Amino acid sequence: MGGWLRLGFGPLRPNFVVRATALVAVSIVLSSCSLAEAPLLHPSGPIAESQRNLLFEVFALMLIVVIPVFIMAIWFGWRYRASATQSAFDPDWERAPFLDGLIWALPAAIIVILGFMVWRSTHQLDPYRSLAAAGDSTQVQVITLEWKYVFLYPKEGIASVNELVFPADKPVQLVMTSDSAMTSLLIPALGGQVYAMAGMATRLNLLAFGPGEFLGRNALYNGDGFADQTFRVRAVTQAEFSDWIASAKQAPVLDAAAYKDLSQPGILRRPLQYSQFASGFFQSILDKYATPLKMQQTPRHP
Amino acid sequence: MFGRLTEDALPLYSEIAMAGAAVTVGGGLFVLAVVLWTSSLLYLWRNWLTSVDHKRIGIMYVVVALVMLLRGFVDALMMRAQQAMAMNSGGYLPPEHFDQIFSSHGTIMILFMAMPFLTGLINFVMPLQIGARDVAFPRLNLISLYLTAAGAGLVLISLVIGKFSTAGWTGYPPFSETEFSPGVGVDYWIWALIVSGVGTTLTGINFITTIVKRRAPGMTWMRLPLFAWTALCASILIVFAFPALTVAGAMLALDRSAGFHFFTNDGGGNAMHFANVLWMWGHPEVYILILPAFGVFSEIVATFSSKRLFAYNSLVFATVVIALLAFTTWLHHFFTMGAGASVNTAFGITTMIIAVPTGVKVFDWLMTMYRGRIRYQTPMLWTVAFLVTFTIGGMSGVLLAVPAVDYTLHNTTFLVAHFHNMVIPGALFGFFAGYVY
Repeated sequence: MGGWLRLGFGPLRPNFVVRATALVAVSIVLSSCSLAEAPLLHPSGPIAESQRNLLFEVFALMLIVVIPVFIMAIWFGWRYRASATQSAFDPDWERAPFLDGLIWALPAAIIVILGFMVWRSTHQLDPYRSLAAAGDSTQVQVITLEWKYVFLYPKEGIASVNELVFPADKPVQLVMTSDSAMTSLLIPALGGQVYAMAGMATRLNLLAFGPGEFLGRNALYNGDGFADQTFRVRAVTQAEFSDWIASAKQAPVLDAAAYKDLSQPGILRRPLQYSQFASGFFQSILDKYATPLKMQQTPRHP
Repeated sequence: MFGRLTEDALPLYSEIAMAGAAVTVGGGLFVLAVVLWTSSLLYLWRNWLTSVDHKRIGIMYVVVALVMLLRGFVDALMMRAQQAMAMNSGGYLPPEHFDQIFSSHGTIMILFMAMPFLTGLINFVMPLQIGARDVAFPRLNLISLYLTAAGAGLVLISLVIGKFSTAGWTGYPPFSETEFSPGVGVDYWIWALIVSGVGTTLTGINFITTIVKRRAPGMTWMRLPLFAWTALCASILIVFAFPALTVAGAMLALDRSAGFHFFTNDGGGNAMHFANVLWMWGHPEVYILILPAFGVFSEIVATFSSKRLFAYNSLVFATVVIALLAFTTWLHHFFTMGAGASVNTAFGITTMIIAVPTGVKVFDWLMTMYRGRIRYQTPMLWTVAFLVTFTIGGMSGVLLAVPAVDYTLHNTTFLVAHFHNMVIPGALFGFFAGYVY
């Protein structure tokens, strides 16, 4: 009975101190290399920032319940250990209506508050919600392949693969579909994520604080190349964006043959550009898999 | 003679897969050799393999679970080793092998480790607790065991012959359709989960009947030990949830083998329906795993605190509420599939409501420890470890239940950490504690 207590909580041996210090040191080192740069905690756009703030607010509210649990688990566990014979002992105590009520009411109250927060935030941060009037955002159509991302710029008439570039001063509206398995587009620094599915068009609206370069990736497992299905995201100035469009205009055309090449399963190490694509190309990819039922389900305009 | 089964099915594509196959075959041969060496084959056959005694069936279930735990644990170690070594390099596993390990780890740990473990514990303990001679249908009980063991066997055989699914433990189409996964792996996965799923459903029916009809005289509902209550609620969840899994698996099998188009990209299929049906099983499933462990903790915390259980009525009520709410939250697994804000809000809130009865349980256990005489033997150590770790998991669960937070955290390692933080303390610690107790 008492054996365990002596084993674990005996007089502190130097060995124990060394180990504890090492543990703390290791965790500091590890945390600095993984979290300090995490785009989730250092967002680069208002959507991601709201999501992070919400994460912190909910976390703080949860601590109202979690911290007492930790304290009680350790305090009761120590205070009422069998060897502490001077502590109170009340073996038949099993009912306390007031305490019972409090135990139900406290978590319930927190959930009511959280419920309101959920209601507000889910509508506010709905990925489908446009962040600007239609003319004021960069429209990009996204097609996911095995294991690449094709970005079509219908207004500019150019296309890129594995590189999403947009002017930093305007929101970007992604309309996504898949020409292969189901995928999920996530840009941790800006926000996300929404699934892309064949025969259906889903939407994601994002905005950056200013120019910057971020990582985007597929977050839904889709086979051997999944880990490498990433793309570069660049929010640039208007001038840089024009330059980028101009350089794409020099690139080859995204014709049927080029698209067929892209459709082959494989990993692309370097982004590509294309100067032109057939009008209604995105719609034709949708139509490949479309059914009357899916057509009814897909257009959800907020 | 072997039809389409040729030597290509052998794991010659990777040395590590060959080693895994060798260990599996070797382990099987070793067990067989020991049985033959001690000439206990007849004894084993008469007294164990054909026994309808609920205690022996319970023990056999736990044996299956422990064998599969070993396999699932090796999978986990291999995945972690790969991730550690593959930073900016290829690592030691080819992707097709890693994908199999990743898929089999989830399938094994949920369906062939946790499920048999809890079924074994309930089988052994519950009839004794309610004063029944055996479960209501002893022979059905043995059949269930064999169905579960057959499913587990299929997963093990896939190491040696052919390849296991590479479609993840959830097997989302269209990736799991023949278009993207033409091999036998997904078929192994479907058969394993359908066969064991039928076995589990029968077990659920068996347990419900036993608890409702076979209680000893005087064992009224509110005198039922808490473990029996949780067993009852988990069994009800099994009976309602597992048919959804069987249906999802069968529909996918029809797609793959009979040219149907339930979930395919083309031909009018819609992959979203698979996610929908799968999680109608998948979410109640986590409560099927966790409720019996809650029952175990309730018994242990009272015994080792030398006290009566605090607020028995509250705990029973919380158990029933969790069982009911378990069916109202499945959509939170795909907030990011493009559902409307109002739908996401509704399911976000139902998900968070489940945290209330769960929180109540944690506080009730703590109040049971209050003013007790706590003896720290092994089961109690598991319980205290559970209380702390599970609370962290629960907190991350509420964070993920907020749809707008889920948009950035979904499918990331945060999610992976969340459910491991729930299921390892919430189920595995409970089963270990119950096993020792």
